[in-house]
Amino acid sequence: MADTLDLSHFIRRTDAGDATMDFAIDGADCAACIDDIESSARDVPGVVSARLNVGSRRLSVAWRDEACDAQSVLESLAARGFRAHPFELHRLEAEDVRQTRWLLRCLGVAGFAMMNVMLLSLAVWFGAVSDIGPETRDFFHWLSALLVMPAAAYAGQPFFRSALAALRARKLNMDVPISLGVILAIGMSLYETLNHAEHAYFDSAIMLLVFLLAGRALDQMMRVRMRTAAANMAALKGDLAHRLGPGGEIVTIPVAALRAGDCVMVRPGDRVPGDALVLSGASCVDESAITGETLPREIGPGAKAWAGSLSGQGALTLRVTAAGESSLIDDVRRLVEQASEVKSRYRRLADRASAIYAPLVHLTALCTLAFWLLAGAGAHFAIVTAIAVLIVTCPCALALAVPAVQVVATGGLFRAGVYLNASDAIERFAEIDHVVFDKTGTLTLPAPRVANAHEIPADLLALAARLALSSRHPLAVAIARAGGADTPFADASETAGAGVSALVGGVEARLGGAAFCAMADEAPRGADVSLMRLRVGGRTATFEIRQALRADACQVIADLRARNIGVSILSGDRPDAVAPVAQALGVSDWRGGVKPDEKIAFINQLSRAGRRVLMVGDGLNDAPALAGAHASMSPIDAVDMARAGADAMFLGDRLAPIVLALDLSRKARALMRQNLWLAVVYNAVAVPLAVAGFVTPLIAALAMSGSSILVTLNALRARSSARAAPKSAARERPVAATFRKAGA
Amino acid sequence: MNVLVYLVPLALLLGGVWLGMFLWSMRAGQYDDLEGAAWRILSDEDIRK
Repeated sequence: MADTLDLSHFIRRTDAGDATMDFAIDGADCAACIDDIESSARDVPGVVSARLNVGSRRLSVAWRDEACDAQSVLESLAARGFRAHPFELHRLEAEDVRQTRWLLRCLGVAGFAMMNVMLLSLAVWFGAVSDIGPETRDFFHWLSALLVMPAAAYAGQPFFRSALAALRARKLNMDVPISLGVILAIGMSLYETLNHAEHAYFDSAIMLLVFLLAGRALDQMMRVRMRTAAANMAALKGDLAHRLGPGGEIVTIPVAALRAGDCVMVRPGDRVPGDALVLSGASCVDESAITGETLPREIGPGAKAWAGSLSGQGALTLRVTAAGESSLIDDVRRLVEQASEVKSRYRRLADRASAIYAPLVHLTALCTLAFWLLAGAGAHFAIVTAIAVLIVTCPCALALAVPAVQVVATGGLFRAGVYLNASDAIERFAEIDHVVFDKTGTLTLPAPRVANAHEIPADLLALAARLALSSRHPLAVAIARAGGADTPFADASETAGAGVSALVGGVEARLGGAAFCAMADEAPRGADVSLMRLRVGGRTATFEIRQALRADACQVIADLRARNIGVSILSGDRPDAVAPVAQALGVSDWRGGVKPDEKIAFINQLSRAGRRVLMVGDGLNDAPALAGAHASMSPIDAVDMARAGADAMFLGDRLAPIVLALDLSRKARALMRQNLWLAVVYNAVAVPLAVAGFVTPLIAALAMSGSSILVTLNALRARSSARAAPKSAARERPVAATFRKAGA
Repeated sequence: MNVLVYLVPLALLLGGVWLGMFLWSMRAGQYDDLEGAAWRILSDEDIRK
């Protein structure tokens, strides 16, 4: 195609005046790929630098303006077999990355102070039992104070800010006891140092900050990783649109750059880039991604076409009415918004724990103060003991308990090809006891398959496949794939809306509808079957094309049942098309012809009956149900709206990642609970000691670090089950990459 | 205890050097791609040039 490709939307300028652009890369799965990708970009004349970030699967390329353009970089990458997609860094993602760096900087500063203070504290602790003089002890305490005060003022900011914000909103969060504990510990230690006292808690205060910052940084890094994966997926899916200029010239632009009012051309086999009105041309569109309906719909001038529908054999000229993210049916959007409001009421495990924990800690400290004052122990002792309670109960282990498990579990899911959208998704997946599947594109593969390939003589199948290569009709694509053809006939010609014909060895071969092949029209063989005919001289064949079940659909349903999880099928497709699928899978609870609002109603009904529902779907009609269910998943090729509503996405042609995600989540939540209990047990031991006034700085340090390490080690156990998981489709691509390298 | 006069500053200095290196490596983007480094160790791209 000789279209010009306009990618200026994505280009950024560096200070040196070079153009830089980021690409999301598909297929970077081996060490050799890094070299391959970077050098294929660097080999383009004019390119200054190319650097692949393996963690985020993104390639950043800089070039000099006059010598090079984005298109030649894309072409060079495509020539080596890598799909690259122009990519725009989202504002939120940039903010998250900045936040991560800030947390790491705080962690670095706190870590530096902790190492040095520990050095001094150890001397004091062991000096207490040997021969340290009061002057040396005071000197060490002063040194610690000088190190800890500025370090804590800097590194404590993430907690102080969040605590202030919570107090302003008249709420208590986990950061309030943390901030209070750190500030009081430092304040009291300073007072004690001024009075040449024996104990100072500078080390405890800074150690607290280090552990808590580590937990915070882990949490943040996981969030960045999830956002990166989601953004890459949006870019990788990012289709191109052919925009008609005022002079009739065609410019290819990314769909993200499309505006309402633009005129676009949709060729046979392309997806409609935005909601649009048909200006000219006629075609039949496959709207299975939007409504679940498997039979194509005929459209002509004046008709409306939805974003994401697949155009059949005719070329269309459309005027876009809604572009980009706004392209969806209003009803569906309204339903999605209502449904998401309901779901946002879910409260995370950590939030629930901290809501009980923070008031309890403050109350205990106050009671301690009151008790010792009433017991006549003196104001100094009472205050020191109350502060020791606050220090000891500072929720180190509690703050690490959940994020540490989440990071490990998310990593495990990531490797298995499941990408999380919501950070509390793991907790919700763990509670699932009923799964509702959509049919089209979820239980079945997104593209139709030839169902009776084994009944057709091999030579006819091969011939039909080569003929089919000359057409972009969805049914022809299915035949071409079934026959594994790769060379079309040179003289093949397509009659729009009818079929393809070519001369093969002096005999005319025709592939298409019954009339085109001069064959008798026969009764439909099933509700979800489309027929294609082939005639070569006197020989004929009939191809049955239908939606094929995903290879492991039966196995997955059986696995879910074995885990005592209920299964239902809800489809927007006609009931007589759903019935055979439900029967093949042995699912008795199914409904067909269900509208989006009915899907939500069905799920709400299940929820009211006390079931926790996981919705798995890919179409626009599933989007409200995905947003409304307790948890939801989408295959990676789902429509944007469905992916935005889903809590997680899975890669590949198999459904196994769903079972895996449920298993891993259950294990992860068990570990989170264990960790929270560990934290409770630690407090049950440490608090009475602190209340009784026995906690010296040495004991506080041992208790805090001990419990934090225990909790982190326990979290690492989630790795073992993540490792045991079979590597799914996410890892199938490298095989192709290896072949390509061997051939090169 | 005169040894403290130079041991304490030395400890602080070493810690400070470590902190400086950490901040520098972060600003230089060494923490941006945690997986890439493990894969690049097998690459001989830098030797060819």
